[in-house]
Parts: sequence; structure tokens; C-alpha cells
Amino acid sequence: MAVAKVQTDAQQARLAAIALPAGGKWITATRKAAYDRLLAMGLPTRRDEYWKFTRPETLTDAHAKPAKLLITDEKPVFCDIDRLRLVFVDGVFDPDISDAMAMDHIEIEPLGTAAAADIHWAKDLYGVLEARGQVPVSRPLAALNTATAEQGIVIRVTGKVPRPVCLHYIRTTETADATVHHIVKVEEGGDVTVLENGPAAARINKVLEVDIANGGAFHHVRTQGRDHERQAAAHIFARLGTKSSFKSFSLTVNGALTRNECVIEMLGDDAHATIAGASTGDGKTHPFHQDDTVFITHDAVNCESRQVFKKVLRNGATGVFQGKILVKPGAQKTDGYQISQGLLLDDDSQFLAKPELEIYADDVACSHGSTVGAIDEDALFYLMSRGIPRRIATDMLVLSFLADALEEIEDEAIRGDIRHRLEAWVERHRA
Amino acid sequence: MLNVTNLQVKLEDEDKQILKGLSLTVPAGEVHAIMGPNGSGKSTMSYVLSGKGGYEVTGGSATLDGVDLLDMDPEERAAAGLFLAFQYPVEIPGVGNMTFLRTAVNSQRKARGEDELSAADFLKLVRAKAKALKIDAEMLKRPVNVGFSGGEKKRNEILQMAMLEPKMCILDETDSGLDVDAMKLVAEGVNALRDGKRSFLVITHYQRLLDHIKPDVVHIMADGKIIKSGGPELALEVENNGYADLLAEVA
Repeated sequence: MAVAKVQTDAQQARLAAIALPAGGKWITATRKAAYDRLLAMGLPTRRDEYWKFTRPETLTDAHAKPAKLLITDEKPVFCDIDRLRLVFVDGVFDPDISDAMAMDHIEIEPLGTAAAADIHWAKDLYGVLEARGQVPVSRPLAALNTATAEQGIVIRVTGKVPRPVCLHYIRTTETADATVHHIVKVEEGGDVTVLENGPAAARINKVLEVDIANGGAFHHVRTQGRDHERQAAAHIFARLGTKSSFKSFSLTVNGALTRNECVIEMLGDDAHATIAGASTGDGKTHPFHQDDTVFITHDAVNCESRQVFKKVLRNGATGVFQGKILVKPGAQKTDGYQISQGLLLDDDSQFLAKPELEIYADDVACSHGSTVGAIDEDALFYLMSRGIPRRIATDMLVLSFLADALEEIEDEAIRGDIRHRLEAWVERHRA
Repeated sequence: MLNVTNLQVKLEDEDKQILKGLSLTVPAGEVHAIMGPNGSGKSTMSYVLSGKGGYEVTGGSATLDGVDLLDMDPEERAAAGLFLAFQYPVEIPGVGNMTFLRTAVNSQRKARGEDELSAADFLKLVRAKAKALKIDAEMLKRPVNVGFSGGEKKRNEILQMAMLEPKMCILDETDSGLDVDAMKLVAEGVNALRDGKRSFLVITHYQRLLDHIKPDVVHIMADGKIIKSGGPELALEVENNGYADLLAEVA
């Protein structure tokens, strides 16, 4: 197997060439441990089952493929939401154009500052949930991130935070290769909304670790930028305490490659987790490949989890969903729901889905559904018979298909913002 | 108004002829009823006239005020003044009833070169028309037909008809699945739209609806064509004796 040998050598050289950042106090040991994890796992290859539907090469290469900047006069998403804005330029936090990091019930610091402290609470979270999330499926890109990230925001929430924190990524060069690692610690009774928007870089490797204590709530809505050629690998690792709540929604419009992994551990009773997403891709001018990979572990009693994913695909675009619910022994009264649906606007596009349930408790309700289909001709005729032209009727049905996923966003203003983005996409990409 | 001449239609995917020389004329301002046994092609006729896919016209013609219907897309037929009240109105999750109505009204106005209705004018209009049909604000806000009862769906069809003000209305078994009160309400809605110029083609299985919507002419359809036409008394005859006698007459 000469070919495999060459790949292995190349991979070893790639791993050996990774330099861990200098400086930092407690984080040095954490980075070294993550690097050791990475060495043990190796980088993902096409041969890995977990990467069967998405090719990892461009995410694991030593250098990012340049991606053209998208010039648009479109207002940034969330710009009308009253928020505390933290700006990253090409993956680097820029305090000069960010809002002051002060609000009630929240402590915010750049990762660099936290890493340089002799003692910091971040030590007990940074890389910790990522490390837990490496079992039973390895996620080498996340370990790579923990080992090498120098950028990110460290957030501690102690009560109900009055305004959302918005991480706004701006891209100014065609070559930026960013690694960003955020951590959010929600203390008992804490409640925060984190927004993310923008394409960040030609390639971004992003990790978000969220630890939610008993009774805490975390809301998350992100858009991943509509730059066509960008590549993104994002991981969310969340750990939920008793009666806590986690809700995350992602909008992916365009992008050559997006892999969104989400690992949720429900460790306290009566907790709730929702992970949802809407993506739209048109391969006409640029390739589109979007992958949602989710792993939810129920390890407590009476917890509810929801996965809702909708993908609209056209002109050779590809959508992927791999979603798993693991119900551990004793996790009785689990309510797990999972739905993934692809709407194919032509015969060239594809939606690949792998829903999985693994259940070791006997008093649980888990449902999963996965569908793929075209526009409903009966609905289309109904609308047209009322005088609505075909292209507008089609748009209405595309938006109607996506509506279920949008419903998972609690805040009405934020949901409206996301809906406008989708309406704009649909208008730009009419057949 | 509506002129259908020797219309012949088969299924697109199958070698099955459904309409076998259907001829029918509905003059302006008149109400015509079509009755007939199951499978005689009544719904197919309504779909073909309004432009649904899946059918192939193999002969004949259909015009509305002299304009060839069969040559037009469904939305063009609607803008030309044709309306079909569906037997099974389609549920469309995620599209608000109000948005749907407004898009429909303004699409038609635009197609006819008229100004679009402002949001305020539209709202005023829809509220007035909805009230007459006992459609509340909640129903207008909900997604199109989703979670509507059978009666609500049919009332919603009539509301669309009232908003779009078509010249020619085809009602495909609008009475099916309705209780007596709901049927009365729907019939009142239809009668309110009778203005001496607008025409109606009412497809029904039961004479009962025709007590409320009085037809000028009743047609009996069987095996893809009209086999007999007459006054309202024809509907009574069907109600009492069924179709057997009529079918035997032409056989």
C-alpha cells in the first residue's frame, strides 16, 4: 500500500511541523496535552468513517487555500440588534474597534489575557470539554485548535446579561487562516445570548466550549458568512447541568466547505438542548458543501434534546447531516427529537444523511426523521392558481421549508434578521 | 364568458383518456352546476381549466372571454380572471395566510398593469371580507390552511375568491366535508359575489348546495363529457333517482 504510506509520512510531517504558541502560563500544559491527543489521533482522512461524506483535506492542509473577498454593500447581520460587539479582523481580536467589555453579570476577556494569568478559572474549561468530546469519536481538528489557538474570547456569566454578546468577524485578506477558541462559563442562574457573524477568514478552525451550571441558559445564533470560497470547521462542545438550557442555531449561506460539529453532554436532570440549522447552497458559480455533525449524550433523567436541520440545495450543492443521540443507562424519561431535511431544487444536488440512535435506557422517547425531496408540486400549483408567478411561488415554498428551523430561534428580532438573510439569498439565487 | 369546446384530455404519464369531448358554455352572470358520478372527470376538468400539470390536452379548446386559456400558465389564467376553489385546499406551513393573500392580490394587479395595494388598504379590505365569512384575525395570521378544520379551509377558499374578484369561479366540491351551518356560510359568501356579471361553475355531488346557490343551468357529466343539461329540476331528479336513468338514456 504505497499510497497509504506516502499519506502517512506526509501527515506525520504535517503534525511534526505544528508549532505550539509560546508564552502563556497554565495554558502551556493544556496546549501540550491537546497536541499529544492530536498526535495520537492523527488528522482526519477520507478513509475515516466520520469523514465519509466530507473531504477533510482542505481543512487539514498546512496552508489555507486563498478565498476571494466578497464585496457587498449589505449591512452586517444583527446590526440592528442592541448588542455588545467584539470584532475580530482576519481572526485576530481588535479591541480598538470593539465595544468596551463591560456589562452587568458578565466578565469578558480576550483569550490571550486569560492565558497569561498565573491562575485563571479558564484553566478548568479551556480544552476540557473538547478533550471529553474526543470519546467515542475523535475530533482531531478540535484538538488542533486547542493546541494552537491564540485568539478567542473568555466569558463568565453570573446572572441575566442584559444584551447579547456579538462576535463579529471581518475578513480583509484573501489568505487569512484563522484559529479561534472561545469559552463560555454560565454559572448557576446565568443567562446569556452569544451571536456570531461574518466569514472570519479564508479558512477558520473554530471551537466554542460552553459549560452551563444548574439553571443556567445559553442562547447562540451564528451566521457563517456568505463568502463563496471560504472553508470552515467549527466545533461546539457543551456540558449541561440540572435544569439548564442550551440553544444554538446556525445559518450557512454559501461557502465552499463548512463542517459544523456539535457535541452536547446532558449531565444534569431536566435539562434542555436544541441544536438547529438552516443552510442554502447554490453550486452554479462556486462549490457548496455543508456538513452538520451532531453528537448528543443523555446521561441524566428527564432531559430533552432537539436537532432540527434544513438544507436547500441547487446546482450540484451538497448537504450532509450526521446526527447521533446516545442515551446512557439510567437516562430515563429522555425525550430526543431529531429531524434533518433536504430540499433539492434540481437533480444535480445531493443531501446525505446518517441519523443514529443508541439507547441503553428503557423509558425513553426518541424520534428521528430524515427526508429529501423536491418542491411540492401541489403547493406550487395552489399558489400559482392564485396568480402568484412560478418564481415567487417557488421562493415562498423554499422559505416555508426553512421556517421550521427558524422557529427554533427564540428571539423574534434575531429570527427576523436571519429570515431576511434567507429571503435575500433566495432572491439572489432564483432559477 | 367561459367556452369549452370538444375538450379532450388524457393523463400525461398514462395512456388514459379522461375528458372525451367536453363542451360547455357559461355565459356572463350565470351560475352553472355540474353533477356526475365519481370518476366522470369533473375535477380533472377544473384542474385542466386552471392549468395543473400532469394532463395532456389532445383536442378541443377552452377560452375565457375569447382568450385561449390552455395556452397560458396557471398564474396568467388567474390574472385573466379564472379562479378555482379547491376540493382539497393545500396546507402550506411557514407561509402566513395574510402574506399569501397579499402576494396573490398584488401579483394579479401587477400582471394586469394595475397599482399594487398598499399594506394599509389591503388590511382594511381583507378584514372586511374576512368578517363576513367569520374568519378571525387568528386564522389570517396562521400559515395557509395549516391546522384549519374542513370548514375553515373552505371558508378560506371563498375569502381568496372574494379578495381576488375573479370573473369566472369554479367551485370543486366546495360542499364536501361541510356541516349544514358551514355550507350556509360558504353559500352566503358565494352569493355575495354574484353581481350579474361574474359567472360560476359549481361542481357538486349533492343537490343540497344548490338549495343555497341557485343554479341557472345544471349539467350532468359522465365518462368525460356532458350528457345532459337542464334547469335546476335536473339536480332534483338526480337527488331522487340517482344517475342510472340518465346514463341509460344516453347509452
